[in-house]
Amino acid sequence: MATKSLHKRNSDLANSNRQLDILSNGIFKNGELPTFKSKLAETNLAPIKAKKIEILQINVGYMCNQVCEHCHVDAGPDRQEIMTRETMQQCLNVIENSGAHTLDLTGGAPEMNPHFRWFVEEASKAGIKDFIVRSNLTIIKANKKYYDLPEFFKKHNVHVVSSMPHWTRGKTDKQRGNGVFDSSIEALKMLNAVGYGMPESPLKLDLVYNPSGAFLPGNQAALEKDFKKALKEDFNIQFHNLFAITNLPISRFLDYLIASENYEDYMYSLVEAFNPSAVANVMCTNTLSVSWDGYLYDCDFNQMLELPVNSKAKHISEFNQDLLEGRNIVISQHCYGCTAGAGSSCQGSVT
Amino acid sequence: MQKTYYDPADLKKFGKISEWNEELGSKFFEYYNSVFKEGALSEREKSLIALAVSHTEQCPYCIDAYTKDGLQRGITKEEMMEALHVGAAIKSGATLVHGVQMMNKVNKLEM
Ligand code: SF4
Ligand code: SF4
Repeated sequence: MATKSLHKRNSDLANSNRQLDILSNGIFKNGELPTFKSKLAETNLAPIKAKKIEILQINVGYMCNQVCEHCHVDAGPDRQEIMTRETMQQCLNVIENSGAHTLDLTGGAPEMNPHFRWFVEEASKAGIKDFIVRSNLTIIKANKKYYDLPEFFKKHNVHVVSSMPHWTRGKTDKQRGNGVFDSSIEALKMLNAVGYGMPESPLKLDLVYNPSGAFLPGNQAALEKDFKKALKEDFNIQFHNLFAITNLPISRFLDYLIASENYEDYMYSLVEAFNPSAVANVMCTNTLSVSWDGYLYDCDFNQMLELPVNSKAKHISEFNQDLLEGRNIVISQHCYGCTAGAGSSCQGSVT
Repeated sequence: MQKTYYDPADLKKFGKISEWNEELGSKFFEYYNSVFKEGALSEREKSLIALAVSHTEQCPYCIDAYTKDGLQRGITKEEMMEALHVGAAIKSGATLVHGVQMMNKVNKLEM
């Protein structure tokens, strides 16, 4: 298991242009598989256009206590990109005025940003309906200073969304690193203890499942049933919903696909599973992604591929709903990950 | 001319068998898809049965397909291997139980 990001390893794939190159050449160049654009055209679904922004997803930095093998952010302890308080203030101005009903903080491990708590306190005053923090669970147990996170989340009525690749130790640790399973279980117990994830509790705790390998997620409802049963029986842990998310072929997951010689088969699986009815609901249609340095993207994936929004408003300081609404979404072959099977978004399947 | 009997890429072409007989091909795929739908047995249970049978039939296409199907359903490798042993046990049991016929024959023929 790698302990450094692709960036730190000076890997070829740390370069977003190199990733886009791979996604545009080979099987997509020689016509073996249709490009995402031609697939959309075939089904009369091009171009994808952004609607009104409902979800503001802010990436507060790429630093993380983990170095998961599938990470599309290429996050890790060695990443230095961290949102400043000034940029956070610009985000707050938008949160208060944009009319978005959901605020979604992600990273890296968002809790590692030194201004994280201040930002949560301020943002929670904006009257957002659904305030999500994507927490990797192990951060809660990583250091004493994080032990009170469950209480802190509760105080600000934060909706916690956490990743958990499997209900067994073996599969979890293989994807996310040794010991991740045990500390995730501990963290889930701490969240349950303050009321998160309990059956009638308003403190929402959802889990994210993404496959630990070169295959697509199965049926979300069936997986949720299995997760619930196993976590309850084995550890007396409860949670609300399970989001099954497809791994997109970018960054470290792309690196893994290529190194394990699974890239072509995986792209075949994604293209074969293309579901036209998922296209209307891909998350870029109602989400705006903000990077650690305040730039705007159609989604967190496009952020990592450094594909900026196709709009005059390029930075959070220039946020303008009218300029952003109706823009054409910037696409490439990684988008097949959002339209495979039941579709995939940060909220799980979309059909 | 291809040099081996089995090519993994052929699995993707399975649907093409209908091209030479549309009616029977579509009937088969319709039947096939209905069989794997949730019924008295869950889709998960059916996937494990399919995996075990894929091995007793020794079909490399089916093995690839149902191994991946199992992973997608969150089936663990321990569960997969146990299912295989069920198939293997029936295979060896079926071989051995014919030993009774052998014994009957020996007893009948020997003085
Ligand atoms: S997947 Fe999440 S927890 Fe894992 S390295 Fe990436 S940001 Fe960190
Ligand atoms: S990868 Fe991003 S831009 Fe492409 S379909 Fe998914 S959400 Fe939209």
